Amino acid sequence: MLTWIRRGGLSTLLFLLPLVVVFGVFSWWPIVRAAVMSVQQTNLVTAPVFVGWENFETVFTDPLLGTAVRNTAFFALIALVFGYPIPLVAAVLMSEVRRWRGLYSAVAYLPVVVPPVVAVLMWKVFYDPRPEGLFNTVLGWVGIAPQSWLQSADTAMGSLVLEATWAAAGGTVIIYLAALVAVPPELYDAAEVDGASIWRKVWHVTLPQLRGVLLVTLILQIIGTSQVFLEPFLFTGGGPANSTITVLLLIYDYAFSSSLGGDYGAATALSLVLAVFLALLSALYFRLTRSWSTS
Amino acid sequence: MTMVSPGPVTVPPVAGPPPTDPAPAPRGGRRRRPDDEGGRGIVSPGEWRSPVAGTLLRLAHAVLLIGLLVVGLGPLLWLVKASLSHTQDTLRDPMALFPSGVDWANLATAWSEVHVDLYFFNSMALAAGSWLVQLVVATTGGYALAVLRPRYGPVLYWLVLSTLFVPAVVLLVPLYLTIIDPPLIGVSLVDSFWAVWLPAGANAFNVLLAKRFFDNLPREVFEAARIDGAGPLRVFWSVLLPMSRPILGVISVFAFVTAWKDFLWPLLVLRDPDIQPLSVRLPTLARSIELDVLLAALTISALIPVALFLVFQRTFLRSAGLSGALKG
Repeated sequence: MLTWIRRGGLSTLLFLLPLVVVFGVFSWWPIVRAAVMSVQQTNLVTAPVFVGWENFETVFTDPLLGTAVRNTAFFALIALVFGYPIPLVAAVLMSEVRRWRGLYSAVAYLPVVVPPVVAVLMWKVFYDPRPEGLFNTVLGWVGIAPQSWLQSADTAMGSLVLEATWAAAGGTVIIYLAALVAVPPELYDAAEVDGASIWRKVWHVTLPQLRGVLLVTLILQIIGTSQVFLEPFLFTGGGPANSTITVLLLIYDYAFSSSLGGDYGAATALSLVLAVFLALLSALYFRLTRSWSTS
Repeated sequence: MTMVSPGPVTVPPVAGPPPTDPAPAPRGGRRRRPDDEGGRGIVSPGEWRSPVAGTLLRLAHAVLLIGLLVVGLGPLLWLVKASLSHTQDTLRDPMALFPSGVDWANLATAWSEVHVDLYFFNSMALAAGSWLVQLVVATTGGYALAVLRPRYGPVLYWLVLSTLFVPAVVLLVPLYLTIIDPPLIGVSLVDSFWAVWLPAGANAFNVLLAKRFFDNLPREVFEAARIDGAGPLRVFWSVLLPMSRPILGVISVFAFVTAWKDFLWPLLVLRDPDIQPLSVRLPTLARSIELDVLLAALTISALIPVALFLVFQRTFLRSAGLSGALKG
């Protein structure tokens, strides 16, 4: 014991203390507790009661679950359609910019630093459904009829995706740019010796070299958009007609909404289901794409 | 995990900024990409000079820049404009430039009458405290794991990293219940800044960044300091930290901006409006105050992160690229 202290064992422990306490109390313990709580009924007043699969039954028999899953999948899908190719095209073009490249990346990244709440409240004004609304004014310039944006169940989710893509695309651009800089220039020299055009160099050298990053950003984007909360919460609160209710909004409502709230068991059960689903999805994804990313 | 760019994490600098740090591109003149030794990208110099491809490329770049300016900068400029306009102007013709004059009073009204000043300082306090906690946890933990290397270190590090694979939503409810009834203290942390500060420290990404950086510092320096009689605390404070400025900058930028942006967590644990940050108060205010004042309040809350970004642009972009590289 004394030699352990003299060799610095104690001071090492002291240095690790902040990490162990903070992670222990605010990360490891809550993670363990999530698993326990999903099979318990917890109401903060009486002691938790073991209820088996009851919470999961509550979650799976909730008629809103289907809607929430469909909406979340829809959000993730259109977010992918917009948010995946646009940053790639922009980044490939930007990597060829010779002058003021810093300006390009700074402007592209600017929306990412705007606080999300500010962005959403600002876009709410843009989405003003009156013909005098900002977006409707701009649409009017090119002869498109005014849209109802957040007010209609048909366009609400699309409007959410548009704002979310605006807010996130810059980060993806910067990730791609970092990967583009790392492509060895000799590969382009070699391609030119073989007479490759610019287009063929992009297609046969650049994109294959970015394969690893592209694969990872794809699954990370899916994981991120499956947990979309802020946009539906602040833009629409899940409406109109539940057209923008998402899985996270449902979890929030189980636990914290003023009307049904307080069902902590169901909330943790649903969040565990989502986490397990995402883990299985990524495992499957990396299994399926393993052959691409290495060969 | 692979590092894509030879950034500051893989190359240990002895002091000051790392040698591979991309130098700020001098205006005009220099045609090479600053961080590319080869000095070429996809397009060869010959193709740049070709009348068709070169022109098309320059055109594409011009279109891209205009597009980026409209999409990236446009909404923020509009926000500034609208926060200096009368509500009626913004409602009637949002794209017009001050049809009935500039209304400077909005900013003052928002700041003092709507108490944006109070929420602004709450945001500041929350961000500053979260930053400090994250820095302390990441540096002390990283130091112990990378330099002092206890035998149980790898297990601990693995436990820290494994939290990266747990989606944040899983923690939401149990963490909330932990804040209501924390172990050891016994007093609810709800409505206390600590409810935001302490959980912010449990950030595995920071520990990862710090440990990887410290791992790459030359061990001889620590040995030498120890032989000179410096204890672990002195090595940490006078040797390690001064050598780690780049990574401390990256962690600080992440920490401060994330805390400033955070919405859901402070909404849950800070119920007293007087201690809520801007991000939590703004949606509530939006329902009760006039549009021009709200837009002025939005401008004020976007100001700090945008200003920080403009000043520490390279740290921000490096952090953003780094997060991608580490995830990959």
